[in-house]
Amino acid sequence: MDTHQPHVGYQRSIAGRIANGAGMAVLIVMTLLFLIPFYLLIRNGLASTKDITAPGWTLFPSDVQWNNLVDLFNDPEIPMLSSLRNSAIVAVLTTVGTLLVSSLAGYALARINHPHSNKIFYAVLATLMIPGAVTFVPSFVIVSWLGWVSDYRGLIIPALFSGFTVFLFRQYFLSFPKELEEAARIDGLGYGGTFWRIVVPNSGNFIAAIAVITFIASWNSFLWPLVVAQDQSAWTVQVTLSTFVTAQTINIPQLFMAAAVSIVPLVLVFVFLQRYLVQGVAQTGLKG
Amino acid sequence: MAQQTTAARAQLQTERARPAQRTKAIHGQRRAFWLFIGPFLIGLVVFVYFPIIWSAFLSFFDAQGTVTPTRFVGLGNYVTMLSDKAFVSSLVTFTAFAVLIVPTTFVLSLFLAVLVNRVRVARAFFRSVFFLPTACSYVVASLIWKLSIFNGVRFGMANTLLGWIGVEPISWLSSLDPPWYWLVIVTARLWLQAGFYMILFLAALQNINPELYEAAFVDGAKPGWQVFRHITLPLLRPTSISVLLLCLIAAYQAFDEFYNLLGAVEYARPPLVYLYQLALGSQQNFGLGSAGSLILAAIIAVVTVLQGKILGFGRPSD
Repeated sequence: MDTHQPHVGYQRSIAGRIANGAGMAVLIVMTLLFLIPFYLLIRNGLASTKDITAPGWTLFPSDVQWNNLVDLFNDPEIPMLSSLRNSAIVAVLTTVGTLLVSSLAGYALARINHPHSNKIFYAVLATLMIPGAVTFVPSFVIVSWLGWVSDYRGLIIPALFSGFTVFLFRQYFLSFPKELEEAARIDGLGYGGTFWRIVVPNSGNFIAAIAVITFIASWNSFLWPLVVAQDQSAWTVQVTLSTFVTAQTINIPQLFMAAAVSIVPLVLVFVFLQRYLVQGVAQTGLKG
Repeated sequence: MAQQTTAARAQLQTERARPAQRTKAIHGQRRAFWLFIGPFLIGLVVFVYFPIIWSAFLSFFDAQGTVTPTRFVGLGNYVTMLSDKAFVSSLVTFTAFAVLIVPTTFVLSLFLAVLVNRVRVARAFFRSVFFLPTACSYVVASLIWKLSIFNGVRFGMANTLLGWIGVEPISWLSSLDPPWYWLVIVTARLWLQAGFYMILFLAALQNINPELYEAAFVDGAKPGWQVFRHITLPLLRPTSISVLLLCLIAAYQAFDEFYNLLGAVEYARPPLVYLYQLALGSQQNFGLGSAGSLILAAIIAVVTVLQGKILGFGRPSD
């Protein structure tokens, strides 16, 4: 891992050691600062209401309330289970759908010659200029016209058509080794066969990276679900949390417990798939 | 003129008379192209292009509570929006937000990347810590910021800490003079997004050839700021440009944290929060909302192009 360490000679000098020590100290302070919010999430989630409003903030709650977790799922006022289910369904289907639609489109733009290829590519690029959030008013108009308000279709389908993901897939497929595809073509496979049997199986890392990023973005998205999921039965977990953050009377420990529960799937993704995530983020920014 | 047309027709006929096999191959290719790109293209037209066009149409009509309006008002909605103090102030709020968040994110993420890159032990651990907030939504961060750290009452964390040094509790979100709410808004977003941009800088830092540093060292460059200023920073230029652009575009989409931290207060309401209230609140004014969306989209497009031009984005680099 030391191959990227500049000026080895300097690092062994006294000035270099002081600089290293100072760097380490700053790093540790920053680490603590970045971890405090996570700590607060758990601390408040396990506290009693009395602890939360006690004069003077304390590092630890006076007694740990594990039953907050049970109460959260038993509280009929908070649609916790149904919103977690909605979020899971929406995030999984959005991820699968986005991968399917974008990888095919990206492959066509990178590898299949067509006289209109460039024009279509520019039409895709043009959409990158306009942030999706700006079009939420007209998109809502379309979705309500289609009768998809408070419906999985309204939450999922409009989110599938990301110009950015197509762009990333196109860039990726441009650098995919052509020889593999040519061998498949000589063996008599068509475009579909080449794509499914050769290109997809050999692109696992890239697909995983885009999948992780799409899943996280979908799980955390708020504005679009807030607009579309008008009935409580269609709320995603972010909408549910927000409703209780902005409500008048709230059970603060329960709310923090709900927030902690809501990030569990993503923390798991981080722990197990971080390699793909880092790779995907690096790819996202550098090719932009 | 007539002769030219005849010549063109003759040329067309020779093209048509190409070998049948090749024509068939081209047909297969074209069919595959449409099969592959079709699903995306249909979605793009229905859910991106069509909404924009319909929105443009609605913006010229008096469309309150209806999406099939009848009363044409021309540029009326645009005039209303541009002379609407709340809308203009929302653009000012956004501008202030961009001025605060873009440079701070840039500096913090680059700083973290340099720190993590030069550390010798537990590099993966430190990287994970700064990147982990990306797992949190703006809703969750707003909750922690609003109800725990920057709670305006005495038992909030920041106010307790300040109490130890004798400072009276500060109402972080409702104080206008000084406008402490900016501290709350900016730190929440910094925590959420700095790690994401740090990864971009880390990837770029690790792509720098170590021999360049050795050469600079031999040439007598002092390690530290000098090397950073004259070698690292210029080599990071393409990444820096990407980060600034992504950061600005993300700032334009500010909605989640403003909505959850501040609700709909008039003093700090970015354009999307205002448009959300206007179009989907009790008024359901789709005409005004559409005009506002298009004004915003135009501003974003102009600023992005300008910023790209100034920073040299899209310049052929390889």
